[in-house]
Amino acid sequence: MASLELKNVVKRYKSQTVLDNLSLTVADGETLVLFGPSGAGKTVLLRLVAGVIDPDEGKILIGGEDMTDVDAEFRGVGMAFQNFALFPHMTAFDNIATPLEASRSSQSAIKAGVESVAKLLKIGHVLSHKPRALSNGQKQRTALARALVGSPPVLLLDDPLRNVDAKLRFEMRLELPRLLADRGATVVYVTQDYKEAMALGDRIAVMSQGVIKQLGTPEQIYREPANIEIARLFGDPTINLLDVKPSRDAKGIYIGLSNVQVHLAGSYETAVGRDCVIGLRPEALAFVDEATPAAIPVTVEAETPLNEKIVTLVRTVRGREILVSRPAGTPGQTEGRAHIAVDGKSALLFDRASGDRIGSKNVVNLRSGEAA
Amino acid sequence: MEHTSPLERILRGTALTLVVIFFMFPIVWILMMSFQTNETILRIPPQLVFKPTLANYTALITGKLTTAAGTLDIAFMRNLWNSVFLSVTSVAVALLLGVPAAYAFARHKFRGSEDIAFTLLSFRFAPALLVLLPLTLYFQKLGLANTYIGLIWVYQLICLPLILWIVRGYFEDIPADIEYAYRIAGHSWFATFRKIALPLAGPGIAAAGLLAFIFAWNNFVFALVLASADKQPVTVGALAFITSSGIQYGQISAAIVLSITPTLALALYAQRYLVEGLSLGAVKG
Repeated sequence: MASLELKNVVKRYKSQTVLDNLSLTVADGETLVLFGPSGAGKTVLLRLVAGVIDPDEGKILIGGEDMTDVDAEFRGVGMAFQNFALFPHMTAFDNIATPLEASRSSQSAIKAGVESVAKLLKIGHVLSHKPRALSNGQKQRTALARALVGSPPVLLLDDPLRNVDAKLRFEMRLELPRLLADRGATVVYVTQDYKEAMALGDRIAVMSQGVIKQLGTPEQIYREPANIEIARLFGDPTINLLDVKPSRDAKGIYIGLSNVQVHLAGSYETAVGRDCVIGLRPEALAFVDEATPAAIPVTVEAETPLNEKIVTLVRTVRGREILVSRPAGTPGQTEGRAHIAVDGKSALLFDRASGDRIGSKNVVNLRSGEAA
Repeated sequence: MEHTSPLERILRGTALTLVVIFFMFPIVWILMMSFQTNETILRIPPQLVFKPTLANYTALITGKLTTAAGTLDIAFMRNLWNSVFLSVTSVAVALLLGVPAAYAFARHKFRGSEDIAFTLLSFRFAPALLVLLPLTLYFQKLGLANTYIGLIWVYQLICLPLILWIVRGYFEDIPADIEYAYRIAGHSWFATFRKIALPLAGPGIAAAGLLAFIFAWNNFVFALVLASADKQPVTVGALAFITSSGIQYGQISAAIVLSITPTLALALYAQRYLVEGLSLGAVKG
């Protein structure tokens, strides 16, 4: 088993810097998710670790050993590619067997190894097929099996669920954490799907333009996003972002929404009088009756019932659009005039100019916030 | 195909027939001529019905050409053997050198790699005669004139650029990820080249090899200048049929039939692989 460490890694293509002085440590046995939009440098980072491309500067350590100049075949990593990268002229069995062949295992050991991992991933019945004859889900599992079969101490998974259908993606999202935990390997998992990131990661590194913008547990990333961009990337429906200018009165810091004063819980002293953006998660908003203090009058524009929740688009008197989400089966306004209340504790305040979040780690747990 | 009217079918059939006749006529005519004597060939008007004779083939194979002026020795079978030997060896050498070079050009972009690749291609731009004159002088000094080695070397001007550029394209079409995956699985770059790149580019290599073979086989001017009678291929050897007592049409036809047979056989054999190569589009995930 091995930890993984990147020290001040720089990678440039022509004049473009793809990874900019990036440092990252992944503990032994940890699953780190690299999350970010395409072009953020996630895949390049994986390839640097795998050893198929070389960094321009910096060091890569696996298990404390400097691997920067070591060829890919000696690094002892397993990798699953986004496009599967199966060998089209070999059967699924031979595809999966390639790492074992490289380690000069005996024929019987290869057979046993391939069959056990194939059973685990439920592709035992298609081992004699060539990739062309496999469904996308089977291809994906074959690619995963090939990465897992040699029990490499470091596993690199490059968006392996990207090209599979929604149903399989959902199943794999449930299966993968246990599969990875059982292996005990150090995992770096690349994805663009925030749900996948939240489901799989012990920690999430949010990447953008070649740098890590935020590194933390899924909980931290969701509750305390470092900036507006990250807040927008996590959560479905996306967070409501409204321009505000906080003020202060006797009860504390408040913002004005449709002439209603909403008090914020938290130390936002520095924000008073500044141009800010308030971030309100749709699930932190609720329909209330008119009598509720600080109830904001709105008009219901549209309602989208999803299976587990209902998302309503409402418009404030000033014409700002807000999404409100509530669990399915709970009462709510479906049309006409309504009132909503803001949970001041879970609101996120960002500086409008820089996009950075204002305030320290002061956001309370959403669930307790809702109860309040 | 469901909505073809009878008229459309008839028109299409006619058009196809015309095209086939247009392209096949010379070959069929040559085949027919090869079984006739000079007299029946030159009869006016030409006749489709004749008494076939194997005399032309016998003459070629025995090497005795009987003309009105007497018997001539011709080295056609020798020429045919030379053609086979020169083409096969040239293509083999070109594949041995060209395929690894193509891989290097496809996968390792180094300083000046494009320039080198283009220079190799540019060999094909130069008119052969322009190259030949200085080459003849050098070959005579080096003792390479009229040797198989010298000819095979010059034939690389034909084969090598062709193979290099075609195969390079095929290597570039293999997603790099597939090769990375094999490296990461713990195999050396050479094993990756052998077990992944070569099999996947196989159809391309076959196509390039076939094309190079045809070009080498059809080459005339290099061998004409650089080789004497005993090293000459059929293309040059065919000149012997223009004798002082006239042109031996029957024998020329038989010679053509014999000399296109190997290429045709090879093309038919390789066709399977070429088609397979085209349908191997599933390489991309």
